[in-house]
Amino acid sequence: MEKAVVEKTVVEKMDVGLLLELYDGMLKLREFELKVQELYRRGLLPGFVHLYLGEEAVAVGVCSNLQPKDLVYSTHRGHGHALAKGLPARDVLAELWGKTTGCSGGRGGSMHLYAPEYGFMGTNGIVAAGIPLATGAALSAKLRKSGQVAVAFFGDGAVNTGSFHESLNFGAIWNLPVVYVCENNLFATEMAFDRATKNTSVQSRAAAYKMLGVEVDGNDVTAVYDSAKEAVRRARSDGGPTLIECKTYRIVGHHEGDPGTDYRTKEQVEEWKRRCPIRTLRDALLDTGRASAETLKSIDEGVKHWLDDAVQFAKQSPQPLPSTVGDHVFGR
Amino acid sequence: MKGKEVALTVAEVTREISYADAGVEALREEMLRDETIIYLGQGIGPRGGNFRQTRGLWNEFGDERLRDTPICELSATGMAIGAAMAGTRAVVDEVFLDFSLEAMTQIVQQAANICYSSNGKIEAPVIVRAAMGAIRSAGAHHSHSFYSWFGSVPGLEVAVPATPYDVKGLLKSALRKSGPVIFIEHKGLYNTKGSVPIEEYLVPFGKARIHRKGKDVSVVAVSKMVNFAIEAAIALEKEGISVEVVDPRTIAPLDRDAIADSIRKTGRLVVIDEAGPMYGFAGEIMAVACEECFDALDAPPLRICSLPVPHPFSPPLENEMIPSVNRIVSKVREFMTA
Repeated sequence: MEKAVVEKTVVEKMDVGLLLELYDGMLKLREFELKVQELYRRGLLPGFVHLYLGEEAVAVGVCSNLQPKDLVYSTHRGHGHALAKGLPARDVLAELWGKTTGCSGGRGGSMHLYAPEYGFMGTNGIVAAGIPLATGAALSAKLRKSGQVAVAFFGDGAVNTGSFHESLNFGAIWNLPVVYVCENNLFATEMAFDRATKNTSVQSRAAAYKMLGVEVDGNDVTAVYDSAKEAVRRARSDGGPTLIECKTYRIVGHHEGDPGTDYRTKEQVEEWKRRCPIRTLRDALLDTGRASAETLKSIDEGVKHWLDDAVQFAKQSPQPLPSTVGDHVFGR
Repeated sequence: MKGKEVALTVAEVTREISYADAGVEALREEMLRDETIIYLGQGIGPRGGNFRQTRGLWNEFGDERLRDTPICELSATGMAIGAAMAGTRAVVDEVFLDFSLEAMTQIVQQAANICYSSNGKIEAPVIVRAAMGAIRSAGAHHSHSFYSWFGSVPGLEVAVPATPYDVKGLLKSALRKSGPVIFIEHKGLYNTKGSVPIEEYLVPFGKARIHRKGKDVSVVAVSKMVNFAIEAAIALEKEGISVEVVDPRTIAPLDRDAIADSIRKTGRLVVIDEAGPMYGFAGEIMAVACEECFDALDAPPLRICSLPVPHPFSPPLENEMIPSVNRIVSKVREFMTA
């Protein structure tokens, strides 16, 4: 915790346009989730939601390196991945609201957001289930010579499953264009990672499969961006898979309604809130003079409009007709 | 859909081939027709499959498309589904149906749901292929027949062919579908032979086949139990009992009409099932009878199933557990004279 989250020396060197895009992207994820939290607490959203608050640098840092055709497989905590991959906020929020205009027509919900038109192949209610799916998508991409890269996001809760280990092995033996991104937020629901495993270095597990593993500060969007850039480059040039471990933290409970402090100390939560990926980037931008307060303010206002539009859209969208319940059980 | 179903009486030229070879022919023809098809599984490459179910395909299609996997059914199945979602039609061979349990979460939670949950935007044209059933004392871990479990999952189609003709025709149809198919063969049938047309044909899902016409009792069965039902029908005919043998061929979709039509004709229903009696295929067929044609039943339906015990090893125990031709004959005789 000694090191600054975002190094000023890095910010001084990076392209300012990119930095502002990263800032804008993370802020969108943050504001979106805060709005979801509010709507949920007001009883407007059905089901349950796992918020991505605090982990924004991972989704944005990784997805900023992807092309629309690249394929992302996400998790139960996946609103951020969906938005970072390019889904309109309207499509995501309407889905969380169970509306026909949602990205899954109201059939999916938070853990079943699908938008193949944006290369977003799904959030997922089953821990680690997206890892083999992404690996299979990478196999497909390789066979079709499509130049696509597949990305699997998953948490530390996934890395003790068979799906994780089997898939990394597959990715390695078949040299597939896939990037495995672990969001190590230190807790799998309530299970502390150092209670769940003796080896608390996720990236070190890559060595078991002769794969490259890297660890980055998952709250530093510039570090995530650089690691992902190299991993995506390697994947796209037939250099095989990479495992990236992003050390991060969710600053809220596991799902909305869980205070998240029965198994974590308030001090730890507060400490990680101080390491906020968005505010620390903002501070670095201002401190280095790379961006003016006015520039950032205009981004902030843009995000507000973007979100207001999505809320209006989702709110006004129609509910599905009960008579359509049987549609799409089977394909064409 | 290209091709058509050709009834055996229409096809001019047929030959006798094995149940295993019928599957190989289907795969070969479809892999030539559709270059996106890949096949994943254990021992399906140079070895040609534990049951010879992919014999010769690796020589023709090579490592790219016939991909031997390590022993990890869970991720091999997940990868096949992921590849299918991304545009590569995939077959994943679990070899033994028993091993599909390792992959159940991917089949039930991912493959079956994806089309619906995505509002029809993503399809997963994947075939999960596996062999079920008892074969010469394979024991408790290699003999299961839980095919009907898959039939209870919306989003899955399930084929359980009994003949080489149906293996080929159904597998070819399955390889042209837009969603997941569970394709379950019987280990004890791979070496059996039957007539298969040389001309291309497809067998549609959801269309039963009447193997033998009869007027006294309808016997409904799938997979290897169809053969037992036919043998029993031949024996019973000599005793003056006319048995109609109905093989749904796919349990999802299920040809309810064909089953009900047969019962309306005979007034009696017997279901034979290699799986146990609880919550399964036999109960489902009896429910069809109750819902579709209750008034046509002259007697309560009868089910002849495996005994509800874990699968035993020793031959006398295994033979006691599974329906035999003799047991079917005596039970149907008793049923008809009661």
